[in-house]
Amino acid sequence: MSAADIQIEKVVDVHHDEHHDHEHREQSFIRKYIFSEDHKTIAKQFLISGIFWAVIGGLFSVLFRLQLGFPEANLEILRPILGGWITEQGKLDQNFYLALVTMHGTIMVFFVLTAGLSGTFSNFLIPLQIGARDMASGFLNMLSYWFFFASSVVMFTSLLIETGPASGGWVIYPPLSALPKASLGSGLGMTLWLVSMALFIVGSLLGSINYVTTVINMRTRGLSMTRLPLTIWAFFLTAIIGILSFPVLFSAALLLIFDRSFGTSFYLDQIYIDGEALHNTGGSALLFQHLFWFLGHPEVYIVLLPALGITSEIVSTNSRKPIFGYLAMVGSMLAITFISFIVWAHHMFVTGMNPFLGSVFMLLTLIIAVPSAVKAFNYITTLWRGNIVFTPAMLFSIGLVSFFISGGVTGIALGNSAIDIQLHDTYFVVAHFHLVMGSAAFFGMLAGVYHWFPKMFGRMMDDKLGYVHFWITFVGVYFIFFPMHYIGIAGFPRRYYSWTNFDAFSTYADLNMLISVAAIIVMAAQFIFMFNFFYSIFNGRLAPENPWRSNTLEWTTPRLPGHGNWPGKIPSVYRWPYDYSKPGAKEDFIPQNIPLSETRDSNLAHENEQIAAELEMIEEEKHNVDNHHGH
Amino acid sequence: MTGLLITAGTILTIGLFALVYRILALVNIAKGAHEKRVGYSNTVNAFMFILFFFVGFGAFFWYSGKADYLPAPSSEHGVITDNLFWTTTAVITVAFFLTHCLLFFFPFIFRFREDRKAYWYPDNMKLEILWTIIPGVVMAILVITGLIEWNKITAPAPKGSVQFEIVGKQFNWMVRYPGKDKKLGKYDYTKIDGTNQLGMDFANDNANFDDFVPGEIHIPKGKSVELKIRARDVLHSVYMPHFRVKMDAVPGMPTTFWFVPTKTTAEMRAELKNDKFNYEMACTEVCGSGHFSMRMVIVVDEPEAFNKWVTEQEPWASKNKEYISGLKLKDVNLTEVAK
Repeated sequence: MSAADIQIEKVVDVHHDEHHDHEHREQSFIRKYIFSEDHKTIAKQFLISGIFWAVIGGLFSVLFRLQLGFPEANLEILRPILGGWITEQGKLDQNFYLALVTMHGTIMVFFVLTAGLSGTFSNFLIPLQIGARDMASGFLNMLSYWFFFASSVVMFTSLLIETGPASGGWVIYPPLSALPKASLGSGLGMTLWLVSMALFIVGSLLGSINYVTTVINMRTRGLSMTRLPLTIWAFFLTAIIGILSFPVLFSAALLLIFDRSFGTSFYLDQIYIDGEALHNTGGSALLFQHLFWFLGHPEVYIVLLPALGITSEIVSTNSRKPIFGYLAMVGSMLAITFISFIVWAHHMFVTGMNPFLGSVFMLLTLIIAVPSAVKAFNYITTLWRGNIVFTPAMLFSIGLVSFFISGGVTGIALGNSAIDIQLHDTYFVVAHFHLVMGSAAFFGMLAGVYHWFPKMFGRMMDDKLGYVHFWITFVGVYFIFFPMHYIGIAGFPRRYYSWTNFDAFSTYADLNMLISVAAIIVMAAQFIFMFNFFYSIFNGRLAPENPWRSNTLEWTTPRLPGHGNWPGKIPSVYRWPYDYSKPGAKEDFIPQNIPLSETRDSNLAHENEQIAAELEMIEEEKHNVDNHHGH
Repeated sequence: MTGLLITAGTILTIGLFALVYRILALVNIAKGAHEKRVGYSNTVNAFMFILFFFVGFGAFFWYSGKADYLPAPSSEHGVITDNLFWTTTAVITVAFFLTHCLLFFFPFIFRFREDRKAYWYPDNMKLEILWTIIPGVVMAILVITGLIEWNKITAPAPKGSVQFEIVGKQFNWMVRYPGKDKKLGKYDYTKIDGTNQLGMDFANDNANFDDFVPGEIHIPKGKSVELKIRARDVLHSVYMPHFRVKMDAVPGMPTTFWFVPTKTTAEMRAELKNDKFNYEMACTEVCGSGHFSMRMVIVVDEPEAFNKWVTEQEPWASKNKEYISGLKLKDVNLTEVAK
């Protein structure tokens, strides 16, 4: 044991006495597990809710894949669950098909990959990795979850109502979403969708404001911004994107509510529907699209950046190598954050928007490919000459990088407005974003669960089951989404209940069947994960404090960190988080809380120069502790 | 009963699974497998990446050679955008392949060995700059070629283009051609009713009287064709896959797209050796339950045949004389209309 550890233990003892009576103040069950203000409990709440929603979103996709892969199949067997949504002929109802597609998108994008991913890992890791006792405001943090919970309840209710949930696509373009007469799902289902999303945005904002405040103000001594783990950088920038873009979706939704319920005409103009010419004039359907995508595109990065941050941490830890190009990684995330706000109209090249605007957005869109490419290259270089340990988390991280590349490169085709004329709203787009944002972010989330499970629940997940889960999912995801490129190049449009009306789209019944089978297998494989997850919470092998031999501060906490995270003093930080396999060091990792003065053999030249200042700081701290104790 | 059986079966399977899992876990603990830092599975996982690499890319290249793509484009700009697409695809396939060589081989080559230490390599400015500039330059070339084409495609239609109107509604398309005067009459959405589905404003624009509303689209080969697109109720999107044409139909905001068809329907039938081939128009903006059924046939004629077809069409007004007389317009000479 090194001198520093002994010293810290002493400090711990000192504090242990001091906090003795504090620790024995038991919280009631409700305050501890339900209306908890502890960031770790809130993180677990988000995670469990996210898993719940992921199962629903996944099952929905299996249902519509049944229709697309096996259009002739008789689905009478589902009648006990779906009731009237199965037609007399044993087919999926056409309205319900659209509702499934819409809710699959909404659930996956917002409830799983925004709340489930950011909500879980920002909450869990920010205080633990920056050395804080909790979030800046535990109360707001609790509210953030319960707004999300309320939003979930409303959205879930909309699944059960007679007219079905919203069905205009997850983008809910008006006039379709504004006119109850236009579609079954545009009635009560749409109202509930809007209410739910309004609540969701409130929850998301409360969370994001907390994350940003906490990262800025509550970093432990010595943890400068350039020593932050890349996870924290990612969560920090994600929260900023959320704060700036979600309010715009809120206003878009608000105006839509006005159009729907109060007779305004923000999005409506010259409409004749159901035998009646509506009074609305002067609105613009395109206005909604601009507002929606002003959130919608940054949303892609809200989903993706946390996953990339998690991957950076895991790839570095398990390659036993520093992340390659730390500053370039931070720089590229900053660039992505900024550019993500000025590319939204590439979703609108063929909506009738002024073509000149299209050229501007095409230019900006292709610029964002550059920092993304830099990130991919840096991940690969981190693997080079590493000493790679394949934990399940590491496998999922490599899988993420693979999806990020294979889905990312097709963005170069789609971002080109001339090419997008043909590809827009075809399955090529579906393939693109499911790989680059859907699957990549989903893999980031799974990687994060496997990696931080020991700190969350104090037990290990089974790695063999993790391997099986990974390989089925990884291969399966490629079987689902890679064939969609061919289907898209052949021109098949999205959100089609059936293609048989068209001679042009009469091919590829075989590929569609293959995709559906793969989707069912991948969905089934997720139950392996869920078994592993819930079983390990109660029966997993007890976790060591630092099972992955990692550098960041969360691994300096006890096996199950309690309220306040560290029983004694919060550790100070003396180095960046990526000192893996440093030449001259005894072990292949040096945690962030080990002072440079204790690693003279492995210090770089400029680090040796910092030792004098560091010793002064340690001395000063000891002094403070003594004072504090005397006090 | 079936439900009960399924439930029982599921519970049994899960129970069995849990039991097997528990036994395996106990065996592992007995063997002390967790005491070693890295087990045999590390090698297996590393090898799986190599296996997946060869099988995956093998399948990718094999299938790409035999897949059904759309027939070659039947429009002038379509040939160019298809070329752009395939050029871009070639570039990104190279990038995809090379990065995956590294991404899947590195894990195998550098898998954990007890006796080795990873190489300390935190950064390299030259490399970062290199792989910022290379994608930057490639991207710039693609953007510029794309921009040039985009500007040509979206430029105003050439003078003298054949014009007609496409109107989307739930759930079919309607088209309207200008008659002899080569002018589409004005419309007003408040004039729409069960008969006058397009809202032609006969009271305010005489140009409406010779407009005709056919059941399928005819366009001439080799002439520029300008689509005047609008929607009656919700968003729709005009999509003509064989011509690489797509443009949204927006209520209240007319849109437009022009192109030059290059192959007649007959020529396409001969080329594809398929007598039943038809050019089709579909909808690509979700518009409700019937979204997938908005089909309309497009016929490309030789210019002479097209002109003949136009002269053969009877104006909507003369097909719907009752409607016109019902409007009680003062200056209308119905005999004139009939001609």
